[in-house]
Amino acid sequence: MNVQTPPEKLTAKDYASDQEVRWCPGCGDYAIVRAMQKTLADLQSPPEKTVFVSGIGCAARFPYYMATYGFHTIHGRAASLATGVKLANPDLDVWVISGDGDALSIGGNHLMHVLRRNVNLQYILFNNEIYGLTKGQYSPTSRLGTRSPSTPLGSVDAPVNPASFALGCGAKFVARSIDSSQKHLPEVFARAHTHQGASFVEVFQNCIVYNDGVYASFTEKGAAEDNQLIVEHGKPLVFGKERDKGIRVKPGAMELEVVTIGKNGVTVGDVLVHDETNKLVATLLVEMERPAFPVAIGVLYCNPSETYDGAVRNQIEQAQSKGGKPDLNALMRSGPTWTVD
Amino acid sequence: MVGTAAVALEEPLREEVEDVVIRFAGDSGDGIQITGGQFTQTTALAGNDLATFPDFPAEIRAPAGTTFGVSAFQIHFGSRDIKTAGDAPDVLVALNPAALKVNLGDLRDGGLIVADTGAFTDRNLKKAGFEENPLENDSLANYRVVAIDVSKNTLEAVKDEGLSQKEALRCKNMWTLGLVYWLYDRDRKPTFDWLTGKFKSRPEIANANIAAVNAGHAFGETMEVSDGGVAYSVSAAEIDPGLYRTVTGIEALSWGLIAGSQSTQLDLFFAGYPITPASSVLHTLSRLKEFGVITFQAEDEIAAVCSAIGASYAGNLGVTASSGPGIALKTEAIGLAISVELPLVVINVQRAGPSTGMPTKTEQSDLHQAVYGRNADSPLAVIAAKSPADCFEVAIEAARIATKYMTPVMLLADGYLANASEPWRIPDATAIEASPVSFHTDPNDFHPFLRDETTLSRAWAVPGTPGLEHRIGGIEKSYSTGNISYEPENHQKMTDTRNAKIDGIAKDIPDQTVELGGQGGKMALVGWGSTYGPINRAVQILRSDGHDVSHIHIRHIWPLPANLESLLGGYEQVLVPEMNTGQLLTVLRSEYLVPAEGLNKVSGQPFKVAEIVDAVRSRLEK
Repeated sequence: MNVQTPPEKLTAKDYASDQEVRWCPGCGDYAIVRAMQKTLADLQSPPEKTVFVSGIGCAARFPYYMATYGFHTIHGRAASLATGVKLANPDLDVWVISGDGDALSIGGNHLMHVLRRNVNLQYILFNNEIYGLTKGQYSPTSRLGTRSPSTPLGSVDAPVNPASFALGCGAKFVARSIDSSQKHLPEVFARAHTHQGASFVEVFQNCIVYNDGVYASFTEKGAAEDNQLIVEHGKPLVFGKERDKGIRVKPGAMELEVVTIGKNGVTVGDVLVHDETNKLVATLLVEMERPAFPVAIGVLYCNPSETYDGAVRNQIEQAQSKGGKPDLNALMRSGPTWTVD
Repeated sequence: MVGTAAVALEEPLREEVEDVVIRFAGDSGDGIQITGGQFTQTTALAGNDLATFPDFPAEIRAPAGTTFGVSAFQIHFGSRDIKTAGDAPDVLVALNPAALKVNLGDLRDGGLIVADTGAFTDRNLKKAGFEENPLENDSLANYRVVAIDVSKNTLEAVKDEGLSQKEALRCKNMWTLGLVYWLYDRDRKPTFDWLTGKFKSRPEIANANIAAVNAGHAFGETMEVSDGGVAYSVSAAEIDPGLYRTVTGIEALSWGLIAGSQSTQLDLFFAGYPITPASSVLHTLSRLKEFGVITFQAEDEIAAVCSAIGASYAGNLGVTASSGPGIALKTEAIGLAISVELPLVVINVQRAGPSTGMPTKTEQSDLHQAVYGRNADSPLAVIAAKSPADCFEVAIEAARIATKYMTPVMLLADGYLANASEPWRIPDATAIEASPVSFHTDPNDFHPFLRDETTLSRAWAVPGTPGLEHRIGGIEKSYSTGNISYEPENHQKMTDTRNAKIDGIAKDIPDQTVELGGQGGKMALVGWGSTYGPINRAVQILRSDGHDVSHIHIRHIWPLPANLESLLGGYEQVLVPEMNTGQLLTVLRSEYLVPAEGLNKVSGQPFKVAEIVDAVRSRLEK
């Protein structure tokens, strides 16, 4: 055996596998895999204890490009596979990689349950509002009227809001970021990693072939600052090129409004301060839609509670601490028995 | 036809009988299964051999008094070896008219009916579809009838315990049990002990039930039936020495899974989704956490199998259980486990189908689903249990094959096996042959599809192992690197390898033996699964009549035992009795081109011995 001594400090490159990346040139996924490699290097995650589990779709190829353990499974079921992995070995750091079709259409049920159970893993949803790998059909996050091969006259069914869905499922950590935000994205991934429990991260990801520019209105240079609200715990919800716009609770109503600081007597003190432990605030922030509102980015909700895998282990440990060594012979001989001579 | 006289016989004249079949029947809320369970326990302790058949409706509490709400429990016990729950009851306990209506047709001529007249009200008679009370006309003239107001007698017996009317009437089943105990000279003490333990916190309930048992027993002592005695005795059977208990298929299966995890030295991970009749495996294992078993009630069948695959990937023994419709949902994921070559045990407790079918009724109609029922060329191993106790060994064997060959194994049981019980000589868990798994840890020249030259099994490298970080998935992979590959020759090679790996298991399983009869002859009866009892008893009877027939029972359904083809070639005729329309039959015919014939039954009920005997006779005497 010639086990190599790992280098003192792993770099982002050390987390990249030797496999050739097969996404379309210009795909937002390149940026996300880069951000993930940087995140793991920032965290110095042991590659042997890191597992990426994916379903089916463009995003699901992700594990092949990471020099960690990886399991490319079947459509929609990554959360279930990952739950088994985490229950079997809680020491593993489990990341689920999914897309909007995989997570919210075929896999919607499993996403709901992995979040409400609070399995200690990170669930990263690459949302490009389209089915890419099957060549461009509209997805459950596509906006009304989306023209696609399966909806030539425009889609007529209302989309689901992923972050809102996650909160509704009882997720204890809900965040958003953008594929091209190479500073913000690793920060959000790191926060998701730190959080104990199911961490849900929606990444706005551009599909350059089938849905190019779907997020341009709030991600392009020049538009971003006026149309993104980057939230930070304990800080006022301020945005805009001039940092003069804010979000506050509309007086006398249970809703938010955009205000301009310095106009009509509004001061920074009137602006809502972000409290990531407040689910009501998170619920209002994720529902903000352009053009009336900016799109909220960052850790929208973080309120840890006991993890499912932890609770499962606790029950086993309690059962084991009660009796002596488990004895199958004793079990099989419990209850009425009789001897035949 | 009924007479109850106050003449107490101190020592009833008991007629010795070799074997007896009793069926308890009543409303699904009448406690029939508990009554049957108690009679079983007592009879086992009395040293008889026995087999049981619980038969209950899918509805938890169907409307009282209806025929579809009838729950039944049949026990066959005797002083000889008992293979089946019995063809025709000698005794039918009918706690209401519907129970009589549904079960009367099975009772043998001259059989004894114990009927609760208190439940034979106009309303109940009408619900059961009787135009007049059968206890009051001559429609039961072919039987002996003990008609007694069990309800009234029970209320009288328990009146001192201060129970509500409703609670008091719940003791009815124990009153009848007491009567049947008297009929067959059974000891009441095991039931008293059980009642005292079960109602520890409510001693008045325990006392009332004990009083009911005693009252039923006392009634027997003073009872007189018009045409002769009804008191019997059944001597102990000749049974191999050892320590025994009764065991149901579900218990044996669950304990076998623990034994399998111990023999492979893996932690057991079991995931299930509630489905009749497989849920009880989840219930049983979830109470055994001290063994380190992780049980996971998933959100659906798909999540259950997927989490089990995830657990296997992480180094556990991943197991899931369901019934036909649930297995159908798991199928895509089973294909993934075949493709990534991970161990997985999939238990199918079969039930009558298609679709929802008859969830509480038994059938063997998922053999094709198990062997062939997947997209693409997706071979896996299939094994089947033949009796409740056999589930234990089969579970251990499933764990061995799954881990040694890195493959899903489909374990076929059925609703009858799952719920039925039989005496079991308790094995020594420490004597079970170890087949420990060793994970791959050597990073030299590692890739995830490195294969063992003999078994063709791939290396099992679990996450957490330094230096072996790798990616697997459902996309075809290169034989030589494990990376994604779309090369035509490679896909051919991988497909061939997956097939050869499963085919090769045939070299690692015992040769097919003949259960009963010669290694060749006029006819072989070839069975699998829970038809073991009726086939074996039928062959016993036929052979004692001088017929040259043999019983072959197949545990390893896929791959089939290596010698089976030549073995079958030694018989002039091959008959395959199955509770389906001919599934093992088509496998045998397609594999071996043998002119086998089927004997098929799909009524939701097990074969009767006589049905098999008659079918064989008519063929041999053609």
